[in-house]
Amino acid sequence: MNWSLIVKTAIRDSRKDRSKLLLFMSSIILGVAALVAINSFNDNLVRDIENQSKSLLGADMTVGGNRPLNDDIVSSLDSLSTERTSEVELFSMSYLPSANESQFVRLKGLTGNFPYYGKLITEPTDAANTYKSSLAALVDDGMMLQYNLEVGDSIKLGETTFPITGRIMNAFGSVDAGASFAPSVYIGGKNVEATKLIQPGSIVNYKEYVKVDTDIDLDAWEDDRRKDFRNQGQRVTTVEDQRENLQEAFSNLNNFLNIVALISLLLACIGVASSVLIYVKTKVQSIAILRCLGMKGEEAFMVYFLQIISLGTLSVIVGVAIGSIIQVILPLVLQGFLPYEVNMSISPIAMIKGFVMGVLMTSLFALGPLLSIRRVTPLRTLRVSDEVPERDPLQWLIYGLIFITITGFLYTLTASVLDATIFSMGILVAFLILYGVARSVTWAVRKFFPSGASFVVRQGLSNLYRPNNQTLTLIVSIGLGTGILTLLFILQGLILNNVEGMGVGNQPNMIVFGIEADQKQEIEEITKSFDMPVIQNVPVVTMELAEWKGKTKKEWLSDTTRTSRRWAINREARVSYQDTIPPDDILIEGTYTGVHDGGDSIFISLDERYSEGLNVGLGDELVWNVQGAMITTYVGSIRKINFRKMESRFFILFPTGVLEDAPQFMILVTKSPEKQITADFRNAVVKSMPNASVIDLGSILVTLNDIITKVSYVIKFMAGFSILIGLIVLISSLFLSKFQRIRESVLLRTLGAVENKIYKINAVEYASLGILSALTGISLAVFGSFMLAKFVFELDFNLSWWPIIGIFVFIVALTVLIGLWNSRDVVKRSPLEILRNV
Amino acid sequence: MILEAKSIFKKYKGVNKELTVLDDINFSVGKGEILAIVGPSGSGKTTLLGLCAGLDNPSSGSIGLAGSVISNMTENEKAEVRNRKVGFIFQNFQLLPTLTALENVMIPLELQGRAKGAKDKAEQLLERVGLGGRSHHYPSQLSGGEQQRVSLARAFSNDPEILFADEPTGNLDEETGAIVEKLLFDLNKEKQTTLIIVTHDLELANKTDRIIKLKGGKIVSDQIIKATAQI
Ligand SMILES: Nc1ncnc2c1ncn2[C@@H]1O[C@H](COP(=O)(O)OP(=O)(O)OP(=O)(O)O)[C@@H](O)[C@H]1O
Ligand SMILES: [Mg+2]
Repeated sequence: MNWSLIVKTAIRDSRKDRSKLLLFMSSIILGVAALVAINSFNDNLVRDIENQSKSLLGADMTVGGNRPLNDDIVSSLDSLSTERTSEVELFSMSYLPSANESQFVRLKGLTGNFPYYGKLITEPTDAANTYKSSLAALVDDGMMLQYNLEVGDSIKLGETTFPITGRIMNAFGSVDAGASFAPSVYIGGKNVEATKLIQPGSIVNYKEYVKVDTDIDLDAWEDDRRKDFRNQGQRVTTVEDQRENLQEAFSNLNNFLNIVALISLLLACIGVASSVLIYVKTKVQSIAILRCLGMKGEEAFMVYFLQIISLGTLSVIVGVAIGSIIQVILPLVLQGFLPYEVNMSISPIAMIKGFVMGVLMTSLFALGPLLSIRRVTPLRTLRVSDEVPERDPLQWLIYGLIFITITGFLYTLTASVLDATIFSMGILVAFLILYGVARSVTWAVRKFFPSGASFVVRQGLSNLYRPNNQTLTLIVSIGLGTGILTLLFILQGLILNNVEGMGVGNQPNMIVFGIEADQKQEIEEITKSFDMPVIQNVPVVTMELAEWKGKTKKEWLSDTTRTSRRWAINREARVSYQDTIPPDDILIEGTYTGVHDGGDSIFISLDERYSEGLNVGLGDELVWNVQGAMITTYVGSIRKINFRKMESRFFILFPTGVLEDAPQFMILVTKSPEKQITADFRNAVVKSMPNASVIDLGSILVTLNDIITKVSYVIKFMAGFSILIGLIVLISSLFLSKFQRIRESVLLRTLGAVENKIYKINAVEYASLGILSALTGISLAVFGSFMLAKFVFELDFNLSWWPIIGIFVFIVALTVLIGLWNSRDVVKRSPLEILRNV
Repeated sequence: MILEAKSIFKKYKGVNKELTVLDDINFSVGKGEILAIVGPSGSGKTTLLGLCAGLDNPSSGSIGLAGSVISNMTENEKAEVRNRKVGFIFQNFQLLPTLTALENVMIPLELQGRAKGAKDKAEQLLERVGLGGRSHHYPSQLSGGEQQRVSLARAFSNDPEILFADEPTGNLDEETGAIVEKLLFDLNKEKQTTLIIVTHDLELANKTDRIIKLKGGKIVSDQIIKATAQI
C-alpha cells in the first residue's frame, strides 16, 4: 500500500468537506461526553452514598447495648479506633419551668467529638460546638416549638437544671425511625452524673461511636467478634450495614444511570453510523475516479478510514474533556440552586472507559458503511448510477464485533454475562424489527401504490422506494432514537416516582403512640381537624413468644443445635390484627386469614425475615404469652414487608376475632405539612389524651431527604443530557438526508414544479417516515420499559399516555419540519449552482 | 497490438429476459493508432470502452491491453495496469471535487509512487493546456472547458500507452469543444499515445485514422481513413 499517498489524499480530501463531518463529530463528542459525565456521576454517587451513610451514622461504627461496655471490648476498640465518642442515652421526664410543663425526652450525654461525619446542625450554629464543655442542653426544635421555648430558657433534667443553648435541627442514627419515640435533648457526658437519673433499674443505653483508619476492614473485624458482642448484649452497626440499607433503596438509581450511559452511547453510535453512511455516499463518485486512475480498493478504503478514525479520535478526546469539564463546571454554575453541598470530582476511570469505548464504538460503527468503499467499481465514472455498492461479507464480521462490544460494555455495567446478553439481544431485536418495518414499508408502498392519488402524494410516496431512498436509514435511526428517548422518559418517570416516594413529600412524618382503644375515633377526628391524613390507625398488642414447634423458649435457647436466630427469639412481639393484608405487603406463601372463625386453630401471618429467623414455616405451631394468657396459633401465611414505607410494620399479624379483648393501644400514623402544625397537633393530642405521645420523624427525614433530592436531580440531569443527544442525532440524520434528495428536487424544479409542490412532496415523504418510525419506536419502548421495570427495577409498571402522545407528535413534527427546512435550502438556491456542486 | 478484443459478449440480466448489449465483438488496435467508435445511442459504445479500459468484465471473450490479458485479471491487477498504461477522459470530466486542479493532475503519478517530480510535471502539463495560473483552484471554480483541460492534463500525466475518451467534447459548446479537441490531438501527437475516442460527432470521428461503427451491439463497419493506421 502506498501509505504516503493514502495519508495525503485523506488530508486533502477532508479539507473541503470538514463541515459535512461536523455532525459526525458532534454526535461522537456528545455521546462520549455523556458517557464520561454519567460514569463520573455514578462514581461520585457511590462515594456520596458512602458519605451519607457515614453522616447518618455519624461514625464508622457504633457499638452499644443496655449496659456499659466491658474492658475487653473497650481495649479492643481502643486498639482499632483513632477516635471514640461515648454516649449515654436514657429516657426520662423533663420539666420546663417557663412553660410549667413536663415532657418525656430522650436524653443523650455525649463525650468526644461526635459526629465524625456530617454535622450536628443547631441554631445558633455555635451551640453544637460548645454544649459539651459547659452546663448546657441542646433541645429538639420540634419540642422547642411545641412549648414555645427560646434559646436561653431552661430545662430540668433529673436534679439539675440546664440552660438551653441551642435547637437541634437534624438527627443522627438509623434511617429506620422506629426507635426515636421521644424528642432528643443533648448534654455533655460529664453532666449526666449530676442529673442523678442513672439509678438501679432505670433503662439506660450505652453506645460508643468509633472512627477508624480508612484501611481497616471493619466488617471482618465485626465478624470476628460477633459472638463476643452478642454474649455481652452489644449491638454493632458499621457504615457498611448502614450503606446496605441505603443502597437497597438506591440500587435502582445505579441501574438507571448505567442504562442512560448505554443509551447515550448507542444514540451517538446511531449518529456515527448514519452520518458516515451518508458521507460515504457523497464520496462514491470520487472513489470511483480514484479507482479508475488505478487506486486499489483497499487503498481507497484506507483513505476514508483514516479520515474517519482520526476525526473520530479527536472528537472522542474532545468528548472526554467536555464530559469531565461538566463535572467541574456544572456544580459551580448550579451551586446556588442545589439544595446540597456539591463535591463532584473528575473520575479517571470514567475518562479511560469513555475514551476506549468511544474509539472502539466509533471505529466499529464507521467501519460498517466504510467497508462498502472497497466495492465501489470504477465503472461509475462512465455511468452515473445510484446502485448501492454490494455488501461486503466482512460487514457481518463488523456487526458481530459491534454486538460483542456492546455485550462487553454491558457486562462491565451489570457484571452478569446473562444480563448483558439479554440486554444486547433486546437491542438487536429492536434493530431487526425496525429493519423489518422499513423493508415492509418499501415493499408495501410499491405493491399497494395508490395510483389514483394526487401528483404530490404519488411523488412523496414513491420517494419511499425509489433508488437512493432513505427509508431504511431514517426509519432505523429515527425509530431507534425515538424508542430510546421514550424508554428514557418512561423509566425516568417510574424511577422518580419511586425515589420521590421515599422523600419527605409523601412519607408520613408523625406517629402517635399509646392511644387507648376507645380513643380510636377521637384521635382520628383530631387528626382530620388538622387536615392531616390518617395513614394508619391500628391496634397493637404486646406479647411474648413462649413456645414453638413443641419446645419452650428456654429449651430453645439452651439448645446448641437450633438454627433459629437469637434476635428473632428475643424480639418483643408488637402484634396487630386486621382483616385484610396491608396494601404494601406481598403475600408469598399460604393464604391470609383475616377473620378468625371461632374454631380451634388460629392462623397468623409472619414476615418472611422473621419466619426465617425463627426457622418456622407454614403450619408450624407457635404459642404466645399475652399478658399471662396463652394463645396457640399456627403459621397460616408468610408475607414480604415493604421496608421503604415509613408506616409501622408488623412482623406478626393476627386475624380479627382473637385479640379484641386483650390489653392494647392504638398507633396512628399521619403526615404534617409543616413544623408549626406539628407542634399544634402535638399540643391538641396531649391535651385530650395525656397518655399518648407524639413522635416527630421530621428531623430524620430531613437528612434522608437531602439524599433523595440529590438523587432526583442527578436522574433528571442525566436523562435530560441523553435526551439532548437523541435530538441532535435525530436532527443530524435528517439534515444529512438533504444530500440525498437534492438532485431530485432540483430536477423537479427545473422541470417546472412550483416551490409549493416540492414542499408538499417532501412533507408527504417525511410525514410517512416520521409517523412510521415514531410508532414503531414508541411501541418498542413501551415493551422494553415494561420488561426493564419488571425484571431489572422490579417496579410496578404504569404508563401515562399523554407524554407518549406528546413524544409522538413532537417527533413527527420535527421530522416534517426539518425535512421541509432541507427542501427550503434546495428551493431557495439556484438549480444551476447545485448542479455544478453535485 | 496494444489492444486486442476477441469475441466479446456483454449481457445484462433484464427483468424478463437477458439483454445482450455487446454481441461478438472482435477488433484490434495497433500502437499509435487513433480510433473512433461511433454509433447510435444505446448501441453499446460506452460499454465497449469500459471493457477495453478494464473498468468492467465481459460476460465472455478476452481482452488484451498493453501486453497483458486483462479479462482474467483481479480488480487490483487491473488497477495497476490502468494506473501505469492507461489514461482517461470523460464526458463529464470526473475531477475529484475536493482536490485542486494541480492535485488532480498529480494523482496518477502519486499513485505510481512517483511523488518526487510529480508537482513539476503536473505544473508543466497545466501550463501546456493553458491553465498555468489556475493550478490552485478547485474544480467547482473552473468552467466546463477548463475542467476538461485539467482532465486532459491528468490523462497525460502518467505518460499512458493508450488513452480512452468517452465523448470528450459532448458536454462542451462548439468553440470550447474545438479547443479541447485540438489540445487532445496535439498532446497525443507529442506523446505518441494510442487514442480511442467514443463520439457522436462525425466531424471529430473524421479527424481520426479509423472508424468503427457499432449498431445494436455489433460492429457494422470498420473503416480506415488515414494510411498511418496499421491494423
Ligand atoms: N447496468 C446495466 N443494466 C442493464 N442495461 C444496461 C446497463 N448498462 C448499460 N445497459 C444497456 O446497454 C446498452 C448500451 O449502453 P451504452 O451506454 O454502452 O450505450 P452508448 O452507445 O454509450 O449510448 P450513448 O451514445 O447514448 O451514450 C443500452 O441499451 C443500455 O440500456
Ligand atoms: Mg455512451
